[in-house]
Amino acid sequence: MLSIPAEGAAYSSAAGVTSRGVAEPTAVTLDRVTKRFGELTAIDQISLAVRRGELMTLLGPSGCGKTTLLNLVAGFLLPESGEIAIDGRQVTNIPTYRREIGIMFQNYALFPHMNVAENVGYGLRMRRLPKPEIARRVADALALVKLEGVNDRKPRQLSGGQQQRVALARALIIRPKVLLLDEPFSALDRNLRAAMQVELKDIQRKLGVTTIFVTHDQGEALSLSDRIAVIAEGRIRQLGAPGEIYRRPADRFVASFIGDVNVLSARLKRNDGPTATVAVGGARVLVPAGPLKAVEPGGTVDLFLRPEDLRIGREGDAIAAHGNVAAQIYQGGHVDLYVEVPQAASGRVLLRLPTQEATAFSSAGTGIAIAFAVADAVAFPKATAG
Amino acid sequence: MREASAHPLLRLLGGITVTAILGFLILPAFVVTLAAFNGKAILSFPPETWSWRWFIKAIAYQDFQAGLHNGLIVTGWASSIALVVGAAFALALDRYRFCFKRMLELALLSPLVIPHFTIGLGFLILAAQLAFARGYAVIVACHIVLVLPFVLRSVYISLRNLDPRLELAAASLGAPPHRVLTSITLPLLVPGLVSGWLFAAILSFNEFTASLFVTAQRTQTLPVAMYNYVREFADPSMAAISVIYIAGTAMLLIFANAFLGLGKVLNVEHSR
Repeated sequence: MLSIPAEGAAYSSAAGVTSRGVAEPTAVTLDRVTKRFGELTAIDQISLAVRRGELMTLLGPSGCGKTTLLNLVAGFLLPESGEIAIDGRQVTNIPTYRREIGIMFQNYALFPHMNVAENVGYGLRMRRLPKPEIARRVADALALVKLEGVNDRKPRQLSGGQQQRVALARALIIRPKVLLLDEPFSALDRNLRAAMQVELKDIQRKLGVTTIFVTHDQGEALSLSDRIAVIAEGRIRQLGAPGEIYRRPADRFVASFIGDVNVLSARLKRNDGPTATVAVGGARVLVPAGPLKAVEPGGTVDLFLRPEDLRIGREGDAIAAHGNVAAQIYQGGHVDLYVEVPQAASGRVLLRLPTQEATAFSSAGTGIAIAFAVADAVAFPKATAG
Repeated sequence: MREASAHPLLRLLGGITVTAILGFLILPAFVVTLAAFNGKAILSFPPETWSWRWFIKAIAYQDFQAGLHNGLIVTGWASSIALVVGAAFALALDRYRFCFKRMLELALLSPLVIPHFTIGLGFLILAAQLAFARGYAVIVACHIVLVLPFVLRSVYISLRNLDPRLELAAASLGAPPHRVLTSITLPLLVPGLVSGWLFAAILSFNEFTASLFVTAQRTQTLPVAMYNYVREFADPSMAAISVIYIAGTAMLLIFANAFLGLGKVLNVEHSR
């Protein structure tokens, strides 16, 4: 049995104890953590609470500080200021080997001079457990990751997927308080990657192990995470569930970094209360008013729409724009239709249509009308950077 | 790989050049080997009659026996101590930042540019000044200085090839620093350590110039004994002992190759 015991409940959380006497479900707490490398501030006053059992993704472009943040939690780096707690215990100045974390690196970092069983059992040997128990738990861990009959192989004799399973078993066998994953899928080919993602999510949910997952792949983040922290330039730009991040990006950066997006020039019609109304051509859409506070009604804003938020306008629809088909790219289940539209920031918009719907507009140059497929979206003030 | 489609004449020229270079490298050893089998008591090439007797004489010669014995003692101590010291310095240089690091590095590699003659003379003066008998200690100390740069380079290269994430992974699994060192770092450094030791041993065993200054009659190593012999005699037993020398070193390398692979031992391929 490889299960994560609820021993964390014995610690009182840094944030306090609930009325039932059970620690608050915070597995990892970062409190105003700052890390500098010389002149560069890699992590700038980040505060973050990872809930127990949750899969939290740190998502951002390379160099944004997400791996640094992971290294700080692991204890490979020490912060200049701020506090880090794991399971309610302050670990800011505690070395890695006493933090009880599991980590899986991009290259898996399997010990090349040990066979599979020795690799997986390493953490238990360091804890000086009796040999029979180590053997039993190694077998359980390998069964959990569906890897049997390779105990005596050396890592270099295994495929990439098998190596990843060994790395995962090795990290999980110590029943870590938190599992850290550093771009774990980027070394795998596409098909294997999808399969491993499903399996990882499955195991993670089954064990209920708190997981912090670092990736630059937004698709991976959206499909695996309970919550996503979008990081840029050492700060968290937005923290939320995948749907929230995708549908309600907090700023232009998040909107453009996550998923494909069309930016349309729109007029602000009404701006009172929590939602505002913006219009493109004859079509209207509701957006959160927050980011548009400084814009007067009648002013121009940038409206962000997903490819699936647009559809081909028919008779009687409120038409946002007219344009000519520039290119049509067959993707199997759907078709990406690029349409030249003057209102678009890039000169063209992308529509994602079911294959049958798109076939009528196969030839480039066909004129079509574009309508909105959704009633709400997000908009930001006209292009100042950010 | 792209095959170079060179002109046949060019290819022929290339082949000849490579053969000539290899021949040139092997030529001295080849001449000496043939000379060792000369039936007459002169060092000549090619020999007119053939015999094994110089080998028997060389092996039986007292000074050569003592020289081999002394040489092995000096080599064993010098290369082993140099290995420990060199590995420790290599680790410190690779892992830590400290003041005078660059200076330490230069100091450790300086024996590469200082002539052996100078080092030997220095140790001789020092030993005389400190009223040391010219015993093994001085020779061993001298040899450690001479071979340290080679050990250092060898271990340093192996350390550079070591993925730091392996040590981080071990730490995350609960291994305190000293257990990371013994269970991960050192086992993965074995090829580098062996190659460093082997280089040190061969260099120390063959070292002549500095040894000439710091050895005495009682402690002379094999190369010094050979030099003293050739000053008095000029028979083929010199050549015979050289052949034994070559055979011994070659056997050592073959042995190392069988257990570790020559690529690893010479550090020309990655240790991972």
